[in-house]
Amino acid sequence: MRVRDDPNFRSEFNMLLRDYAGRPTPLFHAQRLTAHAAGAQIYLKREDLLHTGAHKINNAVGQALLARRMGKARIIAETGAGQHGVATATVCALFGLGCVIYMGAEDVRRQALNVFRMRLLGADVITVNAGTRTLKDAINEALRDWVTNVHDTYYLLGSALGPHPYPLMVREFQSVIGREAREQILSATGRLPRALIACVGGGSNAIGLFHPFIRDEGVRLIGVEAGGCGDSLGKHAARFHSGPESGGGRVGVLQGTMSYVLQDTDGQIATTHSISAGLDYSAIGPEHAYLHDSERAEYMQASDVEALEGLRLCAKLEGIIPALETAHAIPPAIRLARELAPDQAIIVNLSGRGDKDVQLVAELEGE
Amino acid sequence: MNRIREKFRELKRSGRGGFVPFITIGDPDLATTERLLIELAKAGADIIELGVPFSDPVADGEVIQRASERALRNGVTVHDALTCATNVRRHIDVPLVLFSYFNPLLQYGRERLAVAAAQAGIDGVLVTDLIPEEADSWTQNLLRHRLDPIFLAAPTTSDKRLARIAQHARGFIYAVSRAGVTGERDQMTRDAEALVKRIRSVSDLPVAVGFGISTAEQVRAVWRFADAAVVGSAIVRQIEKLGHPPDLVMRVGDFVRSLVPPM
Repeated sequence: MRVRDDPNFRSEFNMLLRDYAGRPTPLFHAQRLTAHAAGAQIYLKREDLLHTGAHKINNAVGQALLARRMGKARIIAETGAGQHGVATATVCALFGLGCVIYMGAEDVRRQALNVFRMRLLGADVITVNAGTRTLKDAINEALRDWVTNVHDTYYLLGSALGPHPYPLMVREFQSVIGREAREQILSATGRLPRALIACVGGGSNAIGLFHPFIRDEGVRLIGVEAGGCGDSLGKHAARFHSGPESGGGRVGVLQGTMSYVLQDTDGQIATTHSISAGLDYSAIGPEHAYLHDSERAEYMQASDVEALEGLRLCAKLEGIIPALETAHAIPPAIRLARELAPDQAIIVNLSGRGDKDVQLVAELEGE
Repeated sequence: MNRIREKFRELKRSGRGGFVPFITIGDPDLATTERLLIELAKAGADIIELGVPFSDPVADGEVIQRASERALRNGVTVHDALTCATNVRRHIDVPLVLFSYFNPLLQYGRERLAVAAAQAGIDGVLVTDLIPEEADSWTQNLLRHRLDPIFLAAPTTSDKRLARIAQHARGFIYAVSRAGVTGERDQMTRDAEALVKRIRSVSDLPVAVGFGISTAEQVRAVWRFADAAVVGSAIVRQIEKLGHPPDLVMRVGDFVRSLVPPM
């Protein structure tokens, strides 16, 4: 927080976001999606246009500046979809810092393109074979590295989760999304939007969009979790899912955070499933748990199938291929827009682009 | 009677350091764990740490991670761990410390856990991922049931946090010998000795040193500046290596005897 208020830090952070990452990102009026929904105006916050292709670069730039200021020469990070790993490898190349990325074996398989990108950028990608071989296990391994090498190593955590102060810090660096979107929608429509919609894995793109609107009570905040391929525990990553057969999350402690966690009755952390590696995580950032319990935000689920539909729809109607993570937010956005009047607007956080997923989608279609 | 306090008094009187072995409950299976615990007591354990298996053991190196996975494949739960303690309590009087991550205990229920642990003859509870800043109600809960809250302190622990640990801790304080996770190391660093000095400046409790201790020489080295030495991964690795021979318990016992320096 001391660093946040330092004008030198701020000006360097803002300069890099502008000249390197490509901010501000546009707020695009998606007219064909709007016509398809036949309701409220749909706007897309184009984080997919950022350098490296997702919102993850905002946080990576901020934390890398912090690491440099702390004099740490080695950076470690976890990655699920590979977007945060690529963003981290990118800023490490830019700053000349050593970079090690931990990635679950399952994610290495389904996000091979991003693994190659990270290696091109000079990062050492370590495959994690423990546990469920996904994001959770990559975080475990990064935490183990960090406690061992903390004297010279900075852990650049990619989502709004983990021990304090990460959830706060990541929100701080990502809230540029919401600040820009708020100004842009006001200048485009003259009023606040009716709702914001974003996908939620750990929850960094969602909290970044939501945060500057928290006090705007008329703005609904909607997070979309991965509904996966079924309702029972292990088939989804929907921490807030409730109902008799839901296998939903309960309050627990994982990786230094108390939040909603998918787990069995004995408190062992459950395996999760999602078509998108970036949403395939057993816990949710603690601030989302707070927004959920205080009923300031709403959370819903989109299944693997709906995510694929969202990806196709956005590609065909707008010429934008979103990441599979991002695509989870599109079908609920269409449904919501349909219920609203045409003089209202909703903003979807288009958090990342889908190049990395094209191969996977092609394989699924081949089946 | 507080078994942990009594044990450290007895060690002090005899001018000896304490030997504290750790094993994971349910590795290789629950029945064997019970026999192993009794054998550990015979082999010279002054206190025994009972590891509750967890799916995401971030403080542990590979050896204990694998033990945890084996135990979870056996379906071992907190309830099983407490049953195991109850069963061995009839045979041994060694102080028992439950060593766990927070989530399984939280899901079992804070109060329910304290009641059941006390009934099972457990003497202390160490939660690896509970920081003292968040431990007020947990500590009070344990103390109401006469269980000692044991805390980890690492070389990287700030003076401020160390003071909070001293304020909450009972029984003994567990000093982590070096930055990092559990697992054997060839060399003991100077970090451990410096840390023990810092702990002694804020607390009168006995100090046990663990993480990375795997030989009798290292145990003896720790005894020169601390009250007890904890050996975990080295013993767990033996259990893993030996598999399921009929004489497993005896052979683990022999290995453990080789770790306890002669008087």
